[in-house]
Amino acid sequence: MQNIINVAYLVASILFIYGMKGLTHPRTAVRGNLTGATGMLLAVLAVLLDPGVDTYQWIIIGLIVGGGVGLVLAKKVEMTGMPELVALFNGFGGLASILVAGAAVYKPSIALPEVYTTSQFYQANIATAVAGLIGGVTFFGSIIAFVKLAEIAFGGSVKIPGKTVINALLVIGCIVFGVLLVMDPSNALFYWGIVVLASILGVTVTVPIGGADMPVVIALLNSYSGLAAAATGFVLSNNVLIIAGSLVGASGLILTGIMCKAMNRSLTNVLFGAMAEGEIADADEVYAGKVKSTSADEVSMLLDGVSRVIFVPGYGMAVAQAQHAVRDLANLLETQDVTVEYAIHPVAGRMPGHMNVLLAEADVPYEQLLEMDTINPTLEQVDVAFVVGANDVVNPDARTNPESPIAGMPIIDVDKCRTVVVIKRSLSPGFAGIPNPLFAMDNTLMFFADAKKAFQEITASVKENM
Amino acid sequence: MDLISILTLFVLAIFVGFEIITKVPPTLHTPLMSGSNAISGITVVGAILAAGAEVIQGESQLFLWLGLAAVIFATINVVGGFMVTHRMLSMFQKK
Repeated sequence: MQNIINVAYLVASILFIYGMKGLTHPRTAVRGNLTGATGMLLAVLAVLLDPGVDTYQWIIIGLIVGGGVGLVLAKKVEMTGMPELVALFNGFGGLASILVAGAAVYKPSIALPEVYTTSQFYQANIATAVAGLIGGVTFFGSIIAFVKLAEIAFGGSVKIPGKTVINALLVIGCIVFGVLLVMDPSNALFYWGIVVLASILGVTVTVPIGGADMPVVIALLNSYSGLAAAATGFVLSNNVLIIAGSLVGASGLILTGIMCKAMNRSLTNVLFGAMAEGEIADADEVYAGKVKSTSADEVSMLLDGVSRVIFVPGYGMAVAQAQHAVRDLANLLETQDVTVEYAIHPVAGRMPGHMNVLLAEADVPYEQLLEMDTINPTLEQVDVAFVVGANDVVNPDARTNPESPIAGMPIIDVDKCRTVVVIKRSLSPGFAGIPNPLFAMDNTLMFFADAKKAFQEITASVKENM
Repeated sequence: MDLISILTLFVLAIFVGFEIITKVPPTLHTPLMSGSNAISGITVVGAILAAGAEVIQGESQLFLWLGLAAVIFATINVVGGFMVTHRMLSMFQKK
């Protein structure tokens, strides 16, 4: 029987590899996801045949309850709420690892066969400590990320005095408890000690990270949730857990790297440094007397006879749920033979690919979404650029002012477009907390309004003038 | 399995993970993340082993409760993760 189960685990692992590979190409993504799900189903069916499984009642209850909750969450979530949900799921993965390793502390026979070698003994116990550590950081880190993303608390970058020392002490504490646990695995208190300290560590590491860095953090926590699963695999000597966990751990790290590159920051800088300390210009000095505000009618006149219009979305579009209103205006313009495109900054929004998901929800054709590097060289031929709730990712200071805290970050050069219309509620700064000289430029018009309402008004006004 | 073969497995799987994720178009960043997140719910296998383990008479049943909770959370992760990924991807597809 054990052989059949192991073969099933092997097949499941292959399906996971194919599934993740499929998820990296638009044409194969749906199939890839289904392949991964099939692998998971196979692994679950296989483990149910394991001779170690004696009673099924708790398993069945757990699968039904968890499946039901997962189903409801997946069906109910708004596309804007996707970052929070992914953070929450990440956290649950970490929590499950804590609980499984904890169960193995109380019942060693889950992890170890009846007769075991010294090395098996140490492997299981060291792995238990590691699973508690990674699981704790993942779970509480994800919960904080969830709380930040859902804007419940800890907005922006919260400073914890002496956090490097605190974090170092927490790590040392975890190691001490880990050594104690390995020496006396029957004492569950040592295990929970690790979990508690790791949980605090998850909080102290995540709380100081600013909103603009959230895409990096979610990708990193995604990687951790994989590593937590792999650590649990070491506890149980279970190969499918190790393979699937490490695959996710590696892919999460790659995504993290992509996000860091898009912000021109190193991972250590995101995790340990707050935003670089640069000269922060005074907002009044940047804006005084130079900001021109506009109205829907003026914008619709501006749109008369244009040939190329782009939209630059940011998190503000998600908050205002403006993606459908944007799409309506875009469709209207297209009927008048205007070329419409969307310029997507890699870290626009709060998670990697956030804007793409929102615009896809509003039925925007995939070909109209252009990456920053593709669209930047062509911006001089753009008649009107709409900046919708984006701020730091279009701040020309990143390019021109070496003193700026965001100096060197790649941006979408909308300031090179003929006219820029910025739709924003106020002149308040973005996540980086700095003023944006774009708003004061000669070719920029500020439309102070809720993005959804603004686009509805503009669309109505354009229709009137037709 | 002995420690060396299990470590070998771990290191090789990490390398496979790095190799299969090379160029990901930005459109797929979110689905890749939520899809791989669902795969990390593989902990459900360990959770099932814990929740289904035999209780020897007189033994504390705490591990069963931990196992049950683990099955619940891991299953939320798995079912929610795959379904939400599917929902997102079908929005991309309809064109």
